[in-house]
Amino acid sequence: MTMTDNAAANPSPAQMKVSDEVAISIENMNKWYGTFHVLRDIDLTVYRGERIVICGPSGSGKSTLIRCINALEEHQAGKITVDGTVLSSDLKNIDKIRSEVGMCFQHFNLFPHLTILENCTLAPIWVRKTPKKEAEETAMHFLNKVKIPEQADKYPGQLSGGQQQRVAIARSLCMQPRIMLFDEPTSALDPEMIKEVLDTMIELAEEGMTMLCVTHEMGFARQVANRVIFMDQGQIVEQNEPEEFFLHPKSDRTKLFLSQILGH
Amino acid sequence: MSDSHAQSVAFVRDTVIPESPPPALETGVVKWMRSNLFSGWFNTLLTLAAIWFVFMVLSVVVPWFANGVWEASDIRQCREIMAGSGGGCFAVIADRWQQLLFGFKYPSEEYWRPTLAFVLLFIAIAPLLFSKMFPRWMLVLTALYPFVAYYLIWGGTILAPLVALLGFVAGYFAYARVVRRSFAGAAAAGVVVAVVVWTLGGYVSAAAPGFMAFEPVASREMGGFMLNLILGVVCVSLSLPLGILLALGRQSNLPVVKGICVVFIEFIRGVPLITLLFVANVVLAYFLPPGTNFDLIVRVIIMITMFASAYIAEVIRGGLAALPKGQYEGAESLGLDYAQSMRLIILPQALKISIPGIVNVAVGLFKDTTLVSIISMFDLVGMIRGPILASTDWNGVYWELLGLAALLFFVVCYGISQYSQWLERQLQTDHR
Repeated sequence: MTMTDNAAANPSPAQMKVSDEVAISIENMNKWYGTFHVLRDIDLTVYRGERIVICGPSGSGKSTLIRCINALEEHQAGKITVDGTVLSSDLKNIDKIRSEVGMCFQHFNLFPHLTILENCTLAPIWVRKTPKKEAEETAMHFLNKVKIPEQADKYPGQLSGGQQQRVAIARSLCMQPRIMLFDEPTSALDPEMIKEVLDTMIELAEEGMTMLCVTHEMGFARQVANRVIFMDQGQIVEQNEPEEFFLHPKSDRTKLFLSQILGH
Repeated sequence: MSDSHAQSVAFVRDTVIPESPPPALETGVVKWMRSNLFSGWFNTLLTLAAIWFVFMVLSVVVPWFANGVWEASDIRQCREIMAGSGGGCFAVIADRWQQLLFGFKYPSEEYWRPTLAFVLLFIAIAPLLFSKMFPRWMLVLTALYPFVAYYLIWGGTILAPLVALLGFVAGYFAYARVVRRSFAGAAAAGVVVAVVVWTLGGYVSAAAPGFMAFEPVASREMGGFMLNLILGVVCVSLSLPLGILLALGRQSNLPVVKGICVVFIEFIRGVPLITLLFVANVVLAYFLPPGTNFDLIVRVIIMITMFASAYIAEVIRGGLAALPKGQYEGAESLGLDYAQSMRLIILPQALKISIPGIVNVAVGLFKDTTLVSIISMFDLVGMIRGPILASTDWNGVYWELLGLAALLFFVVCYGISQYSQWLERQLQTDHR
């Protein structure tokens, strides 16, 4: 199934129904690295079931933004509410949010000393206190879903990059998260492997998962996203539905960016 | 270049060239010797020089062993028997074997006790060292071993180690009951309960000193290689967990914890072990309340453990620093708390990276246990330098005795080294 087939078979993302329930709300959030102001006055509301693609030049703060949502980075001002829980420095709140929000990284961050199956069952067993057998069944279910059940007993070091990223997605899904964050999930992959990871993400989107995805895969953005956010210099410069965003960008900075990444 | 390509025929390979064996001259012993020993005039020269060197060493060592005397009552008789044949006087080892192993004060009719403890040691550490080959319940034996070994080696009533064990068990249960509510409260409860059990139990065991008792042997009476092994095993097994805690503490965000760990590590590392041992032997007594009789071996164990743990902490810190930040983030993003992510994700990997360094410290520590001979404890080297070489019977038999000491230490240290390399291969998970 190629991406174009997929798009043809489904209604355009903008028409997909998105609920009114708020999944993430970010109000007036600011963040500094030392004296460097990385995120400035970020306001963003994500509704349940939304699929948001965040793009922008490197250093624009897009990764930092989604890392703030599960408190991998601390924000210094403003308010972040995830699934009704306000993110504060209270460790209990942070652990609760992290167990509800799945995250995939550019470099997968699988645990190399554990098998694929153990990678997937670790958090359910220790955080959710799921019985081992049940956790393994869930893990196999999601490994099936990302199409690598036969690799369950191997170690991450024995898998290709694309397979590792799919395992990372399965590992997050095993916690049955309500929101998934993707931080440049395909940037470290070969072109052939990018597709298998994107296909997995598309499938996830079709099932209605709330997704925030930092990526430069514009084809993916067009096909899956119902909103594209463009960031530059720590600010949200423009956001729109994908068709509008790509065809009629409003700000000059966005036009320049799009001309550069779509120009080849 | 490009011209010739432009005219070449388009080409598609549709068959695979079959594998074939290498030429005969390029395999086997001949090939190996040609390429490794005689690959040029210079290497040929080096090979011949090395053969000559090995021959010279063997021509001394072989007669030393072959003409060695194993039965004689003293060095003079030894020399008579040898009559200038250049053999070694190994009779000293046969004569003083038990002193070399147990020291000269340990009651000889009780030698079976430390020997049994030594044999049990292997059963106790096997499930720890080879965790995949033994069932998990065998770790109970490992946990029981310190108390059994104490009972066997030091003797006295069985109540003393039993009370100590009970204190740990009771403390653990108190901890486990409270830990769900608060970790700090649980730790405090555990310590309090353990101390209460130890205090009450102390009266009981003091009241019945003869209950199921072996003949008690005081710490001053320990000696020989047994003392090295006691110090080595106890200090290594205590300094590893302490070193892990120090390494984690040094990375802590809490300034007080971090400060204590940094000061401890830097101070202990900056002081010679000998100094610490003298402190343990002499100075510590001034600081303790008068009348307290703090066992000398315990004092030495504390000092060596602190010394080794400071080194191990720095080795492990290196391992922690070598882990990519993504591992911490991966663990955090799944909602694991600090203790879980350390125990399940970070430490298994950091410790694996640190194995060579930890083994380095452990081997060094084991050999450093011979330093206690300087504070007049009669370990293996202390026995050789003191009672044996000083006696009129064996005055002057250096090579044989020190050679034996070297051999005993080498066997243990080489064993540790081989184990660690095996363990590293076991833990290797990439490209298998």
